[in-house]
Amino acid sequence: MPLPQESSRRLDKAVEGIMVWVLRLGGWASVLVTFGIVITLITESEPFFSKVPFRRLITDKMWTPLFADPQYGISALLAGTLVTTGVALLVAVPLGTILAIYLSEFAPVRLRELVKPMLELLSAVPTVVYGYFALLTLTPLLQKIYPDLSQFSMLSAGLIMGIMIIPYVTSLGEDSMRSVPMLLREGAFALGDGKLGVALRVVFPGAFSGLAAAYVLAISRAVGETMIVAIAAGLQPKLTFNPLDSAATVTAFIVQVSLGDLPHGSIGYQSIFAAGAVLFLMTLGFNLAGHALRRRFHRAA
Amino acid sequence: MSTQPQSLSPAKNEPLPGISLGGRTNVDPAEDKRPVPAKVQIQELSFFYGTHQVLRSVTLEVPKDQVTALIGPSGCGKTTLLRCLNRMHDLYPGNRYEGSVKLQPEGIDILGPGMDPIQVRMRFGMVFQKPNPFPKSIYENVAYGLRLQGMSKRRELDERVEKALREAALWDEVKSRLHGLAHNLSGGQQQRLCIARAIATDPDVVLFDEPTSALDPIATSKIEELIVELKKRVTVVIVTHNLQQAGRISDMTAFMYLGELIEFGETNRVFTNPAKPQTEDYISGRFG
Repeated sequence: MPLPQESSRRLDKAVEGIMVWVLRLGGWASVLVTFGIVITLITESEPFFSKVPFRRLITDKMWTPLFADPQYGISALLAGTLVTTGVALLVAVPLGTILAIYLSEFAPVRLRELVKPMLELLSAVPTVVYGYFALLTLTPLLQKIYPDLSQFSMLSAGLIMGIMIIPYVTSLGEDSMRSVPMLLREGAFALGDGKLGVALRVVFPGAFSGLAAAYVLAISRAVGETMIVAIAAGLQPKLTFNPLDSAATVTAFIVQVSLGDLPHGSIGYQSIFAAGAVLFLMTLGFNLAGHALRRRFHRAA
Repeated sequence: MSTQPQSLSPAKNEPLPGISLGGRTNVDPAEDKRPVPAKVQIQELSFFYGTHQVLRSVTLEVPKDQVTALIGPSGCGKTTLLRCLNRMHDLYPGNRYEGSVKLQPEGIDILGPGMDPIQVRMRFGMVFQKPNPFPKSIYENVAYGLRLQGMSKRRELDERVEKALREAALWDEVKSRLHGLAHNLSGGQQQRLCIARAIATDPDVVLFDEPTSALDPIATSKIEELIVELKKRVTVVIVTHNLQQAGRISDMTAFMYLGELIEFGETNRVFTNPAKPQTEDYISGRFG
């Protein structure tokens, strides 16, 4: 075989060099964006923390930065975020996991090919639609069961948010279950186990690292969700863990203030960056925990 | 078998080159005796993947408490035959059996109508080509089959797990870390763990599907010793690509080709004095 021409080899090399740089830029872009967000959060929340000591976020009992006598108890907002996220996970984790097991281990191939894209559509619905669905359809329904349910409720918002994040759990979970080698399943079948036993005792633990990643993604998605909670859970910061009550979440507060007519530079405006920074730390914490969990189970899978 | 020296016409009654028969004397085909009762009687077994016929009317008697080796070139159907015995083919759609496989002494037909494949599998142990421990602790791997058969008392389980691990020559290496993950063991240890898992429930027959193909020579010889030890109390059927291995550990050898059973007999007889030319060609390394 004749050697390629000197010039064409030089061209190949140049193209390869460019491609490497394109890929490298792609990798760095995500890192840079993350850093950009962190820097913005720090510089924008700095003026807030120079006026309000950090400990007041913890010691204050109420979140009223817009009042004449402002209070900065972030727990009032965190409670809203935690309760709505908790309700959403109670829906999405069991349902999403069961669906993942069904699709991966039991469903005929054609049904799976049909259901999976349809399920993924659930997360493509605009969240504002979900929000009004919760407020105008689900809440009245729930009020028939719980007459004391307020017009805005964390329960209703959380339930709908749970449905929204089911595809995150199912899609990732199903992928990781299907990547469990057939040889492992055969080992369990050969011992006389049935389909359900194999799915629960072998495939589920084998896929746990992927499932953990799916759960973490779902948590992050729920913590960061804004529209549904702003519309259906209420905008009143309230330190309550009762899901039947209304309460503002961190994100709902941010959207409320940023859409309002507060002047830039006022303490009320700056408080949304403080809230954002807390939210960021929370998500970071969940992601790190999820990562650690994954690593712990990785060797097992 | 390209590594084996090619011998064009090995003299009859002379061991073929490269195959050790453990000092056994040569036997004439006429002297093929069956001193032991059959454990598994395969009668006119055919098997189909969809419309593709993979096994053609195989008839074979696996003797009790002996090692029976299935040999033959790739694609000859030996693994397919092995997997018929514990109905592993039922796991995939479109597979069909014909004929019968009787498990003695009861004489139940494994392939018979109304036979529950799960009940069948509980009486067969199986060890696969690659070690496939479950993502669980060493202890839970061995206890898996026992729990399936309804054993739940801690003390009983402890006892049976230890017994199985001892029989698999693994106990001393793992007794201090029974509750550590099975995946932290070496490949050879994992395969012995899989053997422990397969024999823990006291199955009637243990099926080995090329159990050493992913292992180094030292791990391989440990597994071979184990298999020879096992036949004292259990019937073994082993598929192997390695003719020397078949020669070393098996009592009976079945040679298969293109889905048919070409020859079946005592291992030293089949290796030294094959009755069929195809067997001789394969064993002497002329094809396969």
